[in-house]
Amino acid sequence: MSAALPPLHSLDPIGPGHRVTLGETLPLKLDCGLDLGPYQIAYTTYGKLNADRSNAVLVCHALTGDQHVANVNPITGKPGWWTTMIGPGKVIDTDRFFVICSNVLGGCLGSSGPKEINPATAKPYGLQFPVITIRDMVNAQAMLLDHLGIQQLFCAIGGSMGGMQVLQWAASYPERVFAAIPIACAAKHSAQNIAFHEVGRQAIYADPQWHKGDYFEQNTIPRAGLAVARMAAHITYLSEAALHRKFGRNLQNRERITYGFETEFQVESYLLHQGSSFVERFDANSYLYITRAMDYFDLAGQAGGVLANVFQGTKTKFCVVSFTSDWLFPTTENKEIVRALNAAAANVSFVEIETDKGHDAFLLDEPVMFATLQGFIDGCAEQRGLAKGARS
Amino acid sequence: MNETRALVPTRHQDIRRDLLLIAEMVTPQSRLLDVGCGDGSLLEYLASEKQVDGRGIEIRQSGVNACVARGLSVIQGDADSDLPDYPDAAFDYVVLSLTLQATRNPRKVLHEMLRIGRRAIVSFPNFAYWRVRAQLLLGGRMPMTAALDDPWYETQNIHLCTIKDFDQLCARDGIAVEQRIAVDGHGKRLGGAPANWFGAQAVYLLHRR
Repeated sequence: MSAALPPLHSLDPIGPGHRVTLGETLPLKLDCGLDLGPYQIAYTTYGKLNADRSNAVLVCHALTGDQHVANVNPITGKPGWWTTMIGPGKVIDTDRFFVICSNVLGGCLGSSGPKEINPATAKPYGLQFPVITIRDMVNAQAMLLDHLGIQQLFCAIGGSMGGMQVLQWAASYPERVFAAIPIACAAKHSAQNIAFHEVGRQAIYADPQWHKGDYFEQNTIPRAGLAVARMAAHITYLSEAALHRKFGRNLQNRERITYGFETEFQVESYLLHQGSSFVERFDANSYLYITRAMDYFDLAGQAGGVLANVFQGTKTKFCVVSFTSDWLFPTTENKEIVRALNAAAANVSFVEIETDKGHDAFLLDEPVMFATLQGFIDGCAEQRGLAKGARS
Repeated sequence: MNETRALVPTRHQDIRRDLLLIAEMVTPQSRLLDVGCGDGSLLEYLASEKQVDGRGIEIRQSGVNACVARGLSVIQGDADSDLPDYPDAAFDYVVLSLTLQATRNPRKVLHEMLRIGRRAIVSFPNFAYWRVRAQLLLGGRMPMTAALDDPWYETQNIHLCTIKDFDQLCARDGIAVEQRIAVDGHGKRLGGAPANWFGAQAVYLLHRR
């Protein structure tokens, strides 16, 4: 069977993972109307592609994620961001599946984005980089799969913005996705979520070090603005119960309140740390572009306002997961996806996981979620003819 | 809502006797929605024995997880609120086993089932079963039987009915009864008038007239 498939490209490793130039002959047609090409996509792979190339799993990362999903992150030195889910013997078993994760278009860890050099000016793009959408990210990933010689994914999985990409994959390339697992996401970005993003963007604009996006020219970065953006966003990833459990009203390094504006409460110290560590690993302009891409996301809008139309006739098997304490992408919004899939008579499972850990629960140790997804993946693998635990 | 599914399992691993009666009514290779599918034993049985393309709705998270872990397509939801999401004639069968009496609006649920499915299969405990009558008549207490095993203050059953009641509702609402199986406490099938006296529960195959 493999004789009929196009040849596999050699993977040129650059540190952990690879980087490929795409769109040289045919550019990427962006939603904003511009053509992008050539462009770069940085990605990592784990495991081995089997002979008929049917065991590929695409992991889509969230807003501030990257391609280092299951290896030590080269920038932070910390374990990959989804080692709870992906690795040998895990739910996404790298002994069984060929796992691909790419840095999204507009990102800042090797894929083309505002931080990369604009070949036309030999300077970082900054705000000259075209505005991108979730669909653009997915189209870029599809070109990466073409490059890798993978016609159909066994599974596309992701949480939050990663879940949006999974939905877009199922909508744009239904025949290329056997199973789809959108977690803690929505078919459109809500007004409240756009509002939170705008707070973050305004914090970046307000930082004098931002220089209208040309901060690298000035040999600086808008630390304060990006840190505030992260702090505000981080609150939305947690829940009141989780914050209370972790910090309550505990004071920071003091016995009693001091009637001043130093860091008085532990929760303040925690947020400051979240903000300051974030600016070490993330680009402020990328943050602007990617939050914008999420804001623009409205899957029903791509099909005349009726979400079910997006999935009409789909053969993809879906498993939608939400979390009880997630107020960023609450169960009601996840269920809108389920409702549309039902209306399209699609094959869909849905679970709401009980947890007080908020939106970030999808990244954490949630045994019920693992058990559910393990069952879903095993069931799909059987239907796809992938033997259990088979190594290519 | 599936607390009402408490009958003793018989053969076929752990599939309940009343579910086998339902399975009997289903044509092979059809599309079926099991509303209140519990741990998915009916769906799994139908998939393996009759190659049925099944979907489920279940209210309890533990039930949904059990189903999805078995490779079944099941969503968390309930009969009262989630049926309107499905398009017309999406399934060959819509099944509701021992759950109708626990819904807020059984009549509406019944019509929703017949809108979504070309046929509906409904089972319920018969409140005119002689043991039920006897307990109320002679004991003066709310009846408790194998099929009605919770005390009045804990039961989910808010819309109990008898076989006669259900026949009447079907007649009034233009619902055709294609097949009716009533069984006594030992699983013995009963026909005709004795059904409403000696039937502990009944299974109906219905379609719209």
